[in-house]
Amino acid sequence: MIGKTLKELSAALANKQISSVELTQLHLDRIARLNPEINAFVTVDTEKSLAQADAADARIAAGMADPLTGIPIAQKDIFCAKGWRTTCGSRMLGNFVSPYDATVISKFDAAGAVNLGKTNMDEFAMGSSNETSYFGAVKNPWDIQRVPGGSSGGSAAAVAALMAPAATGTDTGGSIRQPAALCNLTGLKPTYGVVSRWGMIAFASSLDQAGPMARTAEDCALMLNAMAGFDDKDSTSLDRTTEDYSRELAANVGEKPLAGLKIGLPKEFFGEGCDAGVMTCVQDAIAEYKKLGAETVEVSLPNMQHGVAAYYVIAPAEASSNLSRFDGVRYGYRAPEYGNLDDMYQKSRAQGFGDEVKRRILIGTYVLSHGYYDAYYLQAQRIRRLIAQDFVDAFKQCDVIMGPTSPCTAFGLGEKSADPVQMYLSDIYTIAVNLAGLPGMSIPCGFSSGLPVGLQLIGDYFAETRLNIAHRYQQTTGWHLKQAQE
Amino acid sequence: MSMNNWEVVIGIETHAQLSTQSKIFSGASTAFGAEPNTQACAVDLALPGVLPVLNRGAVDCAIKFGLAIGAEVAAKSVFARKNYFYPDLPKGYQISQFELPVVVGGKLTIQVGQGENLREKTVNLTRAHLEEDAGKSLHEDFHGKSGIDLNRAGTPLLEIVTEPDMRSSAEAVAYARALHALVRWIGICDGNMQEGSFRCDANVSVRRPGQPLGTRREIKNLNSFRFMQQAIDYEVQWQIAEIEDGRAIQQATVLFDPDTGETRMMRSKEDAHDYRYFPDPDLLPLIISPDWIERTRKTMPELPEAKKQRFVADYGLSAYDAAALTGSLEIADFYEATVSAAGKPSAKPCANWVMVDLAARLNKDDKEFGQSPVSAKQLGGLVARIADNTISNNIAKKVFEALWNGEGSSADEIIEKQGLKQITDTGAIEALIDEVLAANAAMVAEFKAGKEKAFNALVGQAMKATKGKANPQQVNELLKKKLA
Repeated sequence: MIGKTLKELSAALANKQISSVELTQLHLDRIARLNPEINAFVTVDTEKSLAQADAADARIAAGMADPLTGIPIAQKDIFCAKGWRTTCGSRMLGNFVSPYDATVISKFDAAGAVNLGKTNMDEFAMGSSNETSYFGAVKNPWDIQRVPGGSSGGSAAAVAALMAPAATGTDTGGSIRQPAALCNLTGLKPTYGVVSRWGMIAFASSLDQAGPMARTAEDCALMLNAMAGFDDKDSTSLDRTTEDYSRELAANVGEKPLAGLKIGLPKEFFGEGCDAGVMTCVQDAIAEYKKLGAETVEVSLPNMQHGVAAYYVIAPAEASSNLSRFDGVRYGYRAPEYGNLDDMYQKSRAQGFGDEVKRRILIGTYVLSHGYYDAYYLQAQRIRRLIAQDFVDAFKQCDVIMGPTSPCTAFGLGEKSADPVQMYLSDIYTIAVNLAGLPGMSIPCGFSSGLPVGLQLIGDYFAETRLNIAHRYQQTTGWHLKQAQE
Repeated sequence: MSMNNWEVVIGIETHAQLSTQSKIFSGASTAFGAEPNTQACAVDLALPGVLPVLNRGAVDCAIKFGLAIGAEVAAKSVFARKNYFYPDLPKGYQISQFELPVVVGGKLTIQVGQGENLREKTVNLTRAHLEEDAGKSLHEDFHGKSGIDLNRAGTPLLEIVTEPDMRSSAEAVAYARALHALVRWIGICDGNMQEGSFRCDANVSVRRPGQPLGTRREIKNLNSFRFMQQAIDYEVQWQIAEIEDGRAIQQATVLFDPDTGETRMMRSKEDAHDYRYFPDPDLLPLIISPDWIERTRKTMPELPEAKKQRFVADYGLSAYDAAALTGSLEIADFYEATVSAAGKPSAKPCANWVMVDLAARLNKDDKEFGQSPVSAKQLGGLVARIADNTISNNIAKKVFEALWNGEGSSADEIIEKQGLKQITDTGAIEALIDEVLAANAAMVAEFKAGKEKAFNALVGQAMKATKGKANPQQVNELLKKKLA
């Protein structure tokens, strides 16, 4: 049962081939064995998980099961879960036990899924390698000398090491797609506003979006069915009719199932700056799509080149404000010794936050400061609108946009951590999608020097179901089935 | 030092706490006086991951205010974050409105001075915006530590800002009073100044007439009209003295100490925060449709100015009386209910009874109109009995006192029970006068000798004999006839 898809596990549970308690215990055992090396989980609570599994078994026995009932799912430690320690990868929240559930957690609970544990992540989701976590770096199961990507690196490594059948992630500038690419997973960042942000600890509110990380596109659709939906507790949640994200999975069969599909290839994605090995895999994947009947058209995203710069103004600006609540007054880390109030703030935040978080708070505070706001923050917002408009224009010529997810495969631990700008460029292909608020996906499309490569699919607003073309690809290719060897 | 050749310039910022059941961005209660931190939910505590959701009831209040002052209710306004660290500010930022406020412009007419010096003045408003209140820091009884009470955190406020239009502390206080009456009138704020529901900051500067505006100092948190007057008067004298001594005024925030009657500096401009305002990404822009404005307009009470004009037109009141009776919605409603019980022809005597007799009695017992033991219906019933000559004005005062003391449920009941009905039977009064004349021959003689005063004494005797119940006019007339 280890390494199976959600769809397969759902059937196995329904057929009573295995109970949820057994399935959960199998994964907990695997976590106990592999996690000390991989470090994908920050918190595991066997008792809580098994209690949920027990309840799921009763629900299955009563014939009340939903597709995810009884399936253990790892939760990124950015989601508040009642009674669970919720750290966000930070010393600041090292002792924080949430008194309430994030909407994403409530929705998985309502679906009968089992919370398998909280996964490691870059501190406050700030990073592309999972090396900024207070709880230590996560190792890539494909090569434990390498990073799994970030910030949802713990979730990616947990699924890639078969410690969890699937996991949640969040994506502010590529934090689902890039680790999915580096760990040979299928990861989906939905349109901004599709999944509620209530209870998801904010990094950059206007960019953050939660989504699934799993082995297949089909599993991502099942996960998203559970996660998506309007939430009156999140003012930026979109009030739309409920979607069945798996509804188009069975469509478009036959010899040329994708006949008529127009794939836009932005020339900016295929220029310099991408590893040759990655590019070869991406080109092969596009060729495969053509075989399935799709045609390609060159499009342009002329303002994308400014995306990383704009992102590193907007995201830190919002973060600098979002992270102000971590002041040591009401909860979280407080320095053991301090003089007056200012000293308490300074010491608590100096000791509670890591370097990358401090760097972004400083940048964010600077760009919002009097006299700099117009030049940085407003200018970045203008670029953001231009980038969104570039996509609107591009989607007049095509149905979906494709390119690499990450310019490189998994890099070595410590390789980029001394050079923040190099690290930031890991997200060069993913950031524009967040700035525009579009849905984006990464699917496995081959290997370069033995390391996984991801193909990025970008859809128009709310075109998540259109990304069923990932499923078509996975029906004729086997890259997503490849698993890391222990 | 003198006030000669100095012009005082004052602008007022008011924080009015809005009368919503729940907070502006959370579902927690806004009730005052609960145990510390019992009315603070996850959002108010700023737990990780929580998000604000705008309370539309607070927006209704802002719309009402905008309509009441003839301002523009903005079709689109934006919530922004005002960033600073303070222990009672849980998020490390306050959600407020900055570049695009919900209410723009508007004016308020104020009455300054008294009696012959009474004049009207129009104060222009700059803007009013919605924001959340902070919690409270408690600096006592915690063994040297400070306590934080977050019950108030997230309470909706409307910050109302004027142009620098006021030229004296009296005008500033008149504005504050008029604004206080208005927010209570339209039901958006309870106006309780002790509990901090209505608090003002005064921006004060002085200049030579015709010169550009002087540097201002802001007096924070004035929570009574008296303190406002004292604080501004002190501040003005201080600024003039500084300038006349050759020292320039530095921009600063000051606090008023009611014990010393002085203002003292809290922070200088150099210490001013850079609040790093930016639009709150957790909240969408506030879009107010014309429809929403019209729906709200329909729930508004008649405004003071319109009511005043109607009182003059419909009840024949003087402008002065109409203004006094529209000083608050409570008084106006009380008055109209009194008229409705007494009958419209008695509208003028009703005005006197409400403004003079009842007001004085309430004042004596330190009561508000809402706490009056005599209801409008009872008072109207009393005025009606004067109008139909059942009782005289003098007896009416007795009946009023009896109503006040709860001796009966209506004027009629008291008149009946205590036998206060006026004697109007000519025959009975004539007989009575004959008795009085017979018993007071000396007075009659004095009158006939030309002493006019004796006549009044005889009237008095007649009234006394009936315990004041005889119709005084009839007594007068019949006595004159008898003595002729």
